[in-house]
Formats: sequence, structure tokens, C-alpha cells
Amino acid sequence: MSTEILVFFIFVLSIFLGFELISRVPSMLHTPLMSGTNAIHGIILLGGMLVLASADSPLTIALGFIAVVFGSANVFGGFMVTDRMLQMFKKKK
Amino acid sequence: MSSFIAIIFIAVAVLFILGIKLLSSPKTARYGNLVAAAGMLVAFFATIPLMKLQSWNLNCTLMVVGIVTGLIIGAIGAYSVKMTAMPQMVALFNGVGGGAAALVASLEFLRRANSPEGTTTFFTVTMLFATLIGSLSFSGSLVAFSKLQGYLEKPRTFPGQNILNGLVLAVILGLCVYLTGWATTNTTAFIVMFSLALVFGVAMVMPIGGADMPVVISLLNSFTGLAVAADGFTINNISMIVAGTLVGSSGTLLTLLMCKAMNRPVTNVLFGAFGSTTSSSGAGAAHVGGGTVKPIQADEAALLLGNAQQVVIVPGYGMAVAQAQHQVRELADELGKRGVEVRFAIHPVAGRMPGHMNVLLAEANVPYDQLCEMEAINPTMDRVDVCLVIGANDVVNPAAREDKSSPIYGMPIIEADRAKTVIVMKRSMAAGFAGIENNLFYKDNTRMLFGDAKASLQALIAQVKAS
Repeated sequence: MSTEILVFFIFVLSIFLGFELISRVPSMLHTPLMSGTNAIHGIILLGGMLVLASADSPLTIALGFIAVVFGSANVFGGFMVTDRMLQMFKKKK
Repeated sequence: MSSFIAIIFIAVAVLFILGIKLLSSPKTARYGNLVAAAGMLVAFFATIPLMKLQSWNLNCTLMVVGIVTGLIIGAIGAYSVKMTAMPQMVALFNGVGGGAAALVASLEFLRRANSPEGTTTFFTVTMLFATLIGSLSFSGSLVAFSKLQGYLEKPRTFPGQNILNGLVLAVILGLCVYLTGWATTNTTAFIVMFSLALVFGVAMVMPIGGADMPVVISLLNSFTGLAVAADGFTINNISMIVAGTLVGSSGTLLTLLMCKAMNRPVTNVLFGAFGSTTSSSGAGAAHVGGGTVKPIQADEAALLLGNAQQVVIVPGYGMAVAQAQHQVRELADELGKRGVEVRFAIHPVAGRMPGHMNVLLAEANVPYDQLCEMEAINPTMDRVDVCLVIGANDVVNPAAREDKSSPIYGMPIIEADRAKTVIVMKRSMAAGFAGIENNLFYKDNTRMLFGDAKASLQALIAQVKAS
């Protein structure tokens, strides 16, 4: 089996895992959930860092730089705003 | 990639999975978010050796500057945003993520197109997919953001719009096929495809009304996730594939759940331009179903509430607009002190986003065990003495149960009309976001308390305290 097929297998399993994980989240937490998963796809920052590291022309450097700024805003903003929401959820004292 | 780093990236994927799992209970949710963030930090450090940097160069400086800039923008956005504006903030963060995914894919595509290692069909397809989905998520999210901010709230429609959009999409897909099969190194065709995808994102979201933006945001969120997963295939990074795919499938599921709660198929939301229905506002004179509007004053309402045994409060976006969450909590506390059992009934799509109302009430320190889901409240509604509806409209409209011709017929609602007395706090008789008349206002057991929600609540609190 080639690596590509194995990787594709992981992809398919992840689809089902995603459905399973989310179907257990109560609607009470759907806003933080949306914002939390939004932060997780900020992992694209790593992709941005890798393309910027190997960029060698002014254009690719500029585009790579924008990708890093975007990805970084996605990660940090996403996790921070989710945390800000979740810290407000309190049980009755 | 060394196997050591590969194993670290598998650990990162596990941290993301655990993080989302912990998000499923309000007790552990905050911890779950931090677990996912920790995963991100580990992934960040594991990426540094992958960049194969020989020495510090301009790119490294730019990288640090870029990360810090993003951090500052993200932090300012995250800590300054009002809780009522949360949907547009999520749209914005999602948009930049999509933009980053599209740029990463494009740069990889251009680099491989001009390098001796060449391309494979698998590579080209995944990169085109990531570029297309990522860039339309970027431009679409920006439109969704401006709509929620109120800049472009009215849906923009014109005859033949769906056909034109279909044509643009056909051209994009045609270019993708061309780039895959015949011209893997044609950068001009690639740039045209990229630009058209941006245009398509705008054209796709433009005709959708402001009320449906949460569905759009959730869908675009899943698009960005899939674009990131596709990027992960090329960069050969397992944690990116798993993270992106999890977001992709969870976003899709959330989109479908939302459409179910609104009782509309997803195709209707995206292509129906439902939000363009003109809202029939004005006085109740236009009402045809019989019955009259019976206003009530704060003192009488306070008496009803104070003498009740069971009270259910149904908050809607109107409460959030009036910034009345704190007054609602104060009223609930006052009633609680007098032995009244107070519960909050939250409709799955109350607010501007599913679960939005829970966040707004949590901000006002309402404990989450007082917040009940629609399914839990409805069977007990007959025993409720007073149902207080604050700024909610469509989610308590009995037409969903009674009127087969109503556009919301069949939508699950909070059955407020079954309570012994219903008090509706409302600014005027204007229709809700869906633009539909609400028969609840004309029922025999309904009393209307007109005025600004915050002022009315303050009057109610004063009266309850005095009694």
C-alpha cells in the first residue's frame, strides 16, 4: 500500500471521528465549539511558516508573509476568544 | 521528516481530538480548549526543524514579524469583541484561515510547477481543491462579516443570479480540469482560477440574508477545514490532515443541525434567497387570524410573576440587542428569592448563532444548569404559570405547529403558548427576522409588555422588589 493511500485512509477515518465527536456536544456549547474548531484549523499557520521559509522571490515572500499573518491571527484569535467565552460558563454556587 | 517528528505530529492530532471531546461538557470545555491550544504549541515547535534553515535570513525575520502581527490582531479582536458580535468575529477568523490555506496551496503549486521535481495528479488536484475552497471561504467570510455588521444586510439578488453563479463555478471547474489534465505548469490559468474563486465566494454569499449567516459561517468553517486538510496532504503533515478534516466534518454536521432547527433544507438556505422576504411590520390591524393584542403594564406583570410557582423565560436576540442580560438575571434572582422556580428555555437557533444565547446569559452570570434545552422544556410547558418571552419571536411562533401555509411550518419551537399566561416583551409589533406574523401575540392567554426590554425589565424588578 502506498503512503498516499494510507494518508487518505486517515482522512476518511477523521471524517467519521469528526461527526462522532461533534454529535456529542450539546447545543448549549455550539458557539464555543464553532469558535474552537475554527481555532484548530489555524494549524494552517504551520503551512504558512513552511512556505515562507522556502520562498525565494519577492512575490512568494510577500504572499508567504501574508499567509503567516493570517494563520497566526486565526490561531491566536480563535483560541483566545473561545477561552473568553468558556470562562463565563459557571455552575450555580 | 524524521519518525520522531512524525510521532510528535500524531500526538498533536490526539491532543486536538481530546480537546474537542472535552468541549462536550460545560464542566470541562475550557480545559478542552486549552488542550487543543497546547497541541497547537507543540505542533509549532515541531515545525521549526522542518524548515531546514541554515542561517537566520530575511524570511525568518518576516516570519517572526508575521506571527507577532497576527498575535496582536487576534488578541485585539478576541478581547475587544462584544459577545453579541461573536458570529462576525468567528467569520473573520475563519476568513483569514481560509485565505492562509489558499495562499499556502498556491505557493506550493507555483513552486512545484517551476521546479524539476515536477507534479503528480494527486498533488495538483489537492492543491487546486485547497486554493478553490480556501479562497472562496476567505471572500465569503468577509461578506458574511460585513452582513452581520450591518453593512450589507439586505440580500442582493437579481434575475438569473443562480445561473450566473453557476457559470462562474463551471468556468472555475473547467480551469481546474484543464490545469490537472493538460497544463500543470500554466500559472496564468492558475491565477485566473484563484481570482474567480474569490469572486465566486462573494457571489455565493451576497444573495443570502443576514439571518442565515450563521449557517453560511458554519459551512465556510468546514470549507476552511477541508482546505487545510488538503494542504496537509501536500505538506505531508498528519496533524494538519486530521485537524482540517475534523473541522470539515464537524462544520458540516453543525450546518445540517442548524438547518434542521430552522426546518429548512440546506439548499434552500444557500440558493433560496429566503432572507429577502419583505418583513410585514406595522400594527396588528393587518392580522387576519382573529383575536386582539392585549397590552399589560409592568406592575400587573410583576404581580403575575411574583405569584407564580413556575416561570420560564424565553430569551431571544432582542434581549441581547437591548443589552438586557444582566437585568434578566436580576429578575430571575429576585423571583428565585421569593420561591418561584425560574428556568430559561433556549431554542437551538436563538440569537445569531447556535448556542449564542447561552454565551450571552453566561456572560451575565446565569448558571448554566438553569438553562434548559427546548426538548426539556416543552413537555413541562402545561404546568408553567408564566412564560416570559423577551425579544424572541420566530422561535415561539405557534404557526410552526398550526399553520400549514406558513414558511416556518414544521420548525421545532418552544411552545410558549401552552403556558397558563404568556407575557411577551417587545419593542413594537414588527415581524421577526423571518418576516412572519406571530399568532402568539393574539392568543387569549398572551399579554404584551411594550417597550425597550431593558427599561421594562428594570420596571419589573422594581415592582417585584416592592411587592
